[in-house]
Amino acid sequence: MTTLVDALWAYRGFVAGSIKREFQLKYRNSMLGAVWNVINPLAMIVVYTVVFSQLMKSRLPGVESTFGYTIYLITGVLTWGLFSEIAVRAQNIFIEQANLMKKMSFPRLTLPLIVVLSAGLNFSIVFGLFMIFLGLSGNWPGWVALAAIPVLTVQVAFSIGLGMSLGVLNVFFRDVSQMFGVALTFWFWFTPIVYPPTILPEQIRGILFILNPLAPLIAANQSIFVAGQWPDWTSLLIPTIVSSLLCLLGLRLFRKRAGEMVDEL
Amino acid sequence: MSAITVTGLGKAYKQYPGRWSRLAEWMRPRQGPRHTLHWVLRDISFRVEPGESVGIIGINGAGKSTLLKLITGTTQPTTGSVQTAGRVAAMLELGMGFHPDFTGRQNVFMAAQLLGLDVDEIAALMPEIEAFAEIGDYIDQPVRIYSSGMQMRLGFSVATAKRPDVLIVDEALAVGDAAFQRKCFRRIEDFLATGTTLLFVSHDTETVKKLCSRALFIQADAPAQFGPAKQVCDTYERFLFGGGGPPKSDPSDLDAVPAAESARFDPSLVASCEMTYGNGRAAIISCWIEDLAGRRMNVVESGVGFRWCYRVIFNDTVDAPIFAMLLKTREGVALYGLDSTRFRTLPSQFATGDAVNVRFTLKNALAPGLYYLNCGVRSEADGGLEFLSRRVDSAILKVSSGSNSTAMLGLIEMGASIEIDSEAGVAEC
Repeated sequence: MTTLVDALWAYRGFVAGSIKREFQLKYRNSMLGAVWNVINPLAMIVVYTVVFSQLMKSRLPGVESTFGYTIYLITGVLTWGLFSEIAVRAQNIFIEQANLMKKMSFPRLTLPLIVVLSAGLNFSIVFGLFMIFLGLSGNWPGWVALAAIPVLTVQVAFSIGLGMSLGVLNVFFRDVSQMFGVALTFWFWFTPIVYPPTILPEQIRGILFILNPLAPLIAANQSIFVAGQWPDWTSLLIPTIVSSLLCLLGLRLFRKRAGEMVDEL
Repeated sequence: MSAITVTGLGKAYKQYPGRWSRLAEWMRPRQGPRHTLHWVLRDISFRVEPGESVGIIGINGAGKSTLLKLITGTTQPTTGSVQTAGRVAAMLELGMGFHPDFTGRQNVFMAAQLLGLDVDEIAALMPEIEAFAEIGDYIDQPVRIYSSGMQMRLGFSVATAKRPDVLIVDEALAVGDAAFQRKCFRRIEDFLATGTTLLFVSHDTETVKKLCSRALFIQADAPAQFGPAKQVCDTYERFLFGGGGPPKSDPSDLDAVPAAESARFDPSLVASCEMTYGNGRAAIISCWIEDLAGRRMNVVESGVGFRWCYRVIFNDTVDAPIFAMLLKTREGVALYGLDSTRFRTLPSQFATGDAVNVRFTLKNALAPGLYYLNCGVRSEADGGLEFLSRRVDSAILKVSSGSNSTAMLGLIEMGASIEIDSEAGVAEC
């Protein structure tokens, strides 16, 4: 494990360079540049806000603020975006970088690391703007906001653990990426992001919060930013365990199959 | 400690009978493997001492590149082990880590970081990388507008910016213009002089012999051979040129071919890729090289003349046939060719069953090396061109260096002498 960390540390220049490159690459030839990073989630939020809170008049139970539903939605969409960006990219990263893996000798774990940090960077920009919006609109939750740090940490661990496991499998079974694409569509609607969990029957909600580790994670963030309440820490127990297991599984799969992976690419 | 130690190295790829069998093997490990192993490399062992240079030769598909990848560490061995000491730089492909949308300078940083260098080091090496690549202001232009030669130059400059302890070079160097290629080789030679260990993969035995002290010849289905470069390269050439049977000739006509003189006849020098064609109105039934005394041979000292002979049998009545020959390099560059149109001393018509021996007596202005010979008979009667019989690459001539050889490089022997005038007087050598 220490040799692993040493190797990654020795290649920190490469990791930093790759993140910088990815960021520049995204906006290099566009006139609006990084603004697109904001416009995309913003468009989605506007559409959902208009459809659900204005046209369908859905109100969050117990929240009277006009921005209540918008904040609820933004929190969910952004944290879901963080999850899906990490998982989808990690799942493809080995195939994407096949040539590099075949021709150069470097610590391969830098690749998932780059995915996490790169997605983290994108997320912090948009989330930072969201924080500013909260402050300006008078919805700043106060110290409770700090609770988002451990919640997001668990969520990132969940995303990369899953993404890396799928990434290794995807090298051998290319169906994995197709399957995951389909699964993500369902998963999004099986997670209370657009709708509040209270509209679900009690029993189903209970099952959903156990089977879908993202549900309690996103709910925790929603309670922080919408209601300004500390999250229900016990609800995060299962996601934390699942995330740790997924990370271990990802690492184990990676270590066991790293050699074979290069042969297969 | 050795720079590279390879012990019992083998590589096999897994082959599965169907799409689902890998999944089945993963899901039910107890049922045993469902794949078969496809071996590309078996039981390779050798040891390279620091500062030594070793050439790896073998035909396409023998596993040369796989071996390099195993030594570099990108691929995991199936059996055996590889140990390397010090910093290893591998040039399996130039320009790794380059992205077309970034400038040369940005890409240099990226590629060098991928090699494990840190930013300060790269910044310090940057002027030298720029100078070596000789691409001028292009360094600040995006790589996508570079020519492939420029990308190559920059790639090589980055890959060799810092002297590695072990340098692994694939045939990647065979691109770029001649001047830059020379520069690359000079840099490799400089590294060698300062103690870098070199592993060099090539098809070109001449370069291997020049650059390497030892060589490893790997074959797909025979044990690898490791030894002094010259010896191993000779083995490889013998293997390439087809195992050493006598030249193909009509047994009924062997009396026309003089007996071989064993000291100067190397039976392994047989062109395995001879091509024969023609319309059959005449046939070249045998061809051979002989010395000026009429003894058959195929190894001649530089400067000593020889004869290129062939025997033609006519299967039809042919008017005014023209006999031709061509001497070429291994790469197929024509060095000297002529035909008999200038020498009209022959009978102008041949009938079915007539046989002639054609002999071209040649002065030998060739530098040491291997040369290929063609021969042919054609007819230009009736205004058209007609190939009666033509044999391409039908013999290999080996020119060895003689006592009077001066050529150090190139294809021809010009018998130079050198005079160097200095103020102290004239020195002649």
